[in-house]
Amino acid sequence: MAERLLLRCRDIPDLRRLDVYVAHGGYEATRKALTTCSPEQLIGIVKTSNLRGRGGAGFPTGLKWSFLPKQTAKPVYLAVNADESEPGTFKDRLIIEQDPHQLLEGIIISAYAIRCHTAYIYIRGEFALGAERFEAAIAEARQAGFLGKNVLGTGFDLDVWVHRGAGAYICGEETGLIESLEGKRGYPRIKPPFPATHGLFGCPTIVNNVETLACVPHIVLRGADWFRAIGPEKSPGPKLFCVSGHVVRPGTYELPMGTPLREIIYDHAGGIPGDRKLKGVIPGGASMPVFTADEIDVPMDMDSVQKAGSFLGSAGIMVMDETVCMVWTALVIARFFHHESCGQCTPCREGTGWLEKVLRRLEYGEGTATAADVDLLLNIAGNMMGTTICALSDAAAMPARAFVTKYRAEFEEHAALGRCPFRPIAEPSRRHAHA
Amino acid sequence: MPTLEIDGGKVDVADGLTVLQAAERAGIEIPHYCWHPGLTIAGNCRMCLVEIEKIPKLQIACNTRVADGMVVHTTSEKTKAAQRAVLEFLLINHPIDCPVCDQAGECKLQEYYMDYDRQRSRVPLPAKVRKKKAIPIGPLVMLDQERCILCARCTRFLDEVTHTSELAIYERGDHCEIELAPGRVLDNPYSGNVVDICPVGALTSRDFRFRARVWYLERAESVCGACANGCNIEIYHREDRIFRFQPRQNLAVNQYWMCDNGRLSYRDLQGEGRLMQPVVRGEDEFVGSTWASAIGQAAGRLADLARDGDPGAVGIVVSAQAPNEEVFLLRRLGATLDARMAGISWSPPGAFHDDFLVKADKNPNTSGLRLQGLGDAGAVDDLIRAAAAGELRALVLHRTDLTAWRDAAVVQAALERVPCLVVIDTDRREVAAYADVVLPLATYAECDGTFTNHAGRVQRFHTAVAPPAEARPGWAVLGELVARLGGGEPPASAAAAFDALAAECEAFRDLRYDALGAEGQPVAGA
Repeated sequence: MAERLLLRCRDIPDLRRLDVYVAHGGYEATRKALTTCSPEQLIGIVKTSNLRGRGGAGFPTGLKWSFLPKQTAKPVYLAVNADESEPGTFKDRLIIEQDPHQLLEGIIISAYAIRCHTAYIYIRGEFALGAERFEAAIAEARQAGFLGKNVLGTGFDLDVWVHRGAGAYICGEETGLIESLEGKRGYPRIKPPFPATHGLFGCPTIVNNVETLACVPHIVLRGADWFRAIGPEKSPGPKLFCVSGHVVRPGTYELPMGTPLREIIYDHAGGIPGDRKLKGVIPGGASMPVFTADEIDVPMDMDSVQKAGSFLGSAGIMVMDETVCMVWTALVIARFFHHESCGQCTPCREGTGWLEKVLRRLEYGEGTATAADVDLLLNIAGNMMGTTICALSDAAAMPARAFVTKYRAEFEEHAALGRCPFRPIAEPSRRHAHA
Repeated sequence: MPTLEIDGGKVDVADGLTVLQAAERAGIEIPHYCWHPGLTIAGNCRMCLVEIEKIPKLQIACNTRVADGMVVHTTSEKTKAAQRAVLEFLLINHPIDCPVCDQAGECKLQEYYMDYDRQRSRVPLPAKVRKKKAIPIGPLVMLDQERCILCARCTRFLDEVTHTSELAIYERGDHCEIELAPGRVLDNPYSGNVVDICPVGALTSRDFRFRARVWYLERAESVCGACANGCNIEIYHREDRIFRFQPRQNLAVNQYWMCDNGRLSYRDLQGEGRLMQPVVRGEDEFVGSTWASAIGQAAGRLADLARDGDPGAVGIVVSAQAPNEEVFLLRRLGATLDARMAGISWSPPGAFHDDFLVKADKNPNTSGLRLQGLGDAGAVDDLIRAAAAGELRALVLHRTDLTAWRDAAVVQAALERVPCLVVIDTDRREVAAYADVVLPLATYAECDGTFTNHAGRVQRFHTAVAPPAEARPGWAVLGELVARLGGGEPPASAAAAFDALAAECEAFRDLRYDALGAEGQPVAGA
């Protein structure tokens, strides 16, 4: 894609400032939406665009909005999920820090569409700069009449509040986020009821990801048909891909949905340094099943990646070359989910720790692991999947299962040797490790 | 009304019920830890996962509403595999210290392991996560974090029922632990309930722990006598000793709970002061007597004094500690003797009470007294005045600690002027010093009978333990006394005494002892 939209900040210096943003056509989408569209029309436009959530689950955004009760005496809330915590993912942060008004426009238009007058943005605690810049953007927008009472003289009122997280991955799960916003421990809620009817403070609530909302102003300006024509029709639009690991040019890339994974790695990200061989790629953040080097001819859109046996997830593409030990990688990921499991549901609370322990003895156990541990991993992962309130248990189990299944010989070699056959890798920092 | 199929059987249940509740009504137990009927649904333990046709994933029965045509499998291979998996997960970091755990025998981990799991452990012992053990977190409760399965029943109880929130879950993942909030102590008036609802050995009773293995204990259905609320309880006992009270479900009275004060009141029932045998006043001192002789003496003196005196020469005081049957038989005694009757319902001034279960009235049967016409608070003072004026020739004090409940000096002076005092009670009180005959009674844990609670609900209590030594149930003692005085045949049982009461007392007319059920029945108009 020649033209960058979501990442216009790369082309326009200081785009985060309101004057610069307005000088480049900023808030025209807001003006158009609020003055020429009804909320119902906007929901219709977003539905027609086939915009799907960019947070990881890929749920159709317009459909989600339409689940709100048609008649309600309660306030409707919009909660912006800016708790970007999926390992390998750094796209929302870019928007918040470099182009906050783009997001703010998405929030204003979406809030108008769902008849919401109070929106919260839940920003990952570590994003101190992002929170600071977003607060500044809110203040500027309020000063300019884009927020507050009577937005742009249309009679529409909207307040946006920044809420900073405190360092929990689980608060990126939409109901964990809602609990945390309410000042409670970030425990995902059992569903039903769903947030669209019983969300924040028991009121109808929509939770949308940052990148999802950032797409909305562009859809308003250029039309649903334009958006739907980018990439595959059922999963369209411009998309941010976060490429990390063993590539020459790691970073965030804005490309059409459906760009082949091979092209992203070898063309856009410049391939693997030193012409080493590719060993595996995680396509959608740490919670998604890994692809082997043979599986990368897959268009990077939601349906295609799913068909290929993984998920687009947060589009955090992590590239591993032949020097990487897959047992160690699986251990690092398992340790993350062990640390981040909220501890509410039995299979996840106990299973994440167990997975880490078994992986740790395969990698560092000095002979304490056995061949049976390889199947034990599959068994634990199988018992963790589909049995909990939220998807964290699956997020921990899926990668473990994929690593064992796709690189089984390597796991068996670890068990047989009683040590890691790769070059010695220092034990990862144990600061957060509980084992 | 949806019809669903559970394990091949059709079940009709009310709309809005959950699959777990529907199964329960069909007599099918779906194992669960976190779900409790008195608390919100947490859905965290995952033990109640069941297979429901047409739904790809297993569903938690505690949060799945029934729907017409739903087909549920609680024993299918998929369901069983999930149950085994959840139990294995629950046990991997559990200390398995059952031999020294006071919960053993009433532990849902033990029970479900035997019922649904029975696998060997796949986690070596040294790999388990260790947490703190035996932490006193309040006067009644001991916490063992290692045994905790984090079902959040205790925290939900403290958040939702007492609204005190002393406990919370801290840390994350398998390092989660129940802990006191900083600076707090678990000392609210209902703290003991968290021990009851804890499905494992994480919260144990500091009062009960290590005193008996529960499988040696027997249970009797009863009603707490510590206040007018009449919380339904079970008395756990063995070899005529009471070990603990636990609440028994009665949605109309106490739901699933009881207060700590009531819970510990079992101690008062088997205290040092119990009267052990009938005694009569001899030349200089009290002497032990047989029941036949003591009742004979009491009856003889009362009959003589009543016959020789004017109507009202005998006074009878009965307190709201007495069950309905005893009040009834005392009224019959009063009629036989043409006596002046007075009821007394005394509670310590300023005693704790709240708007939940604990009532200011610390008597179990004030309503029963009132409904039998003995509710006039002034009647006792009139009787004391009459005694002081030398107008009473005999006085019967039934479960009445008169010197403690009224000005001691005034009562003492009055009692000195009564020629014959008959004391009928469970415990030795100061008034016994003035008595001519003392008859020892059984407590409500030692006999059958009924109390009428503050809301007019008549509730049965059952004999749990034998009365100490010679003490006897009040209905039997009073029945015999009345019979000796020609007041009618003695009732053969508490049931007979109650039914006789129902036959003559308007408020009780629709009630029959055998039809009161486990949860009691309201009196007419209540």
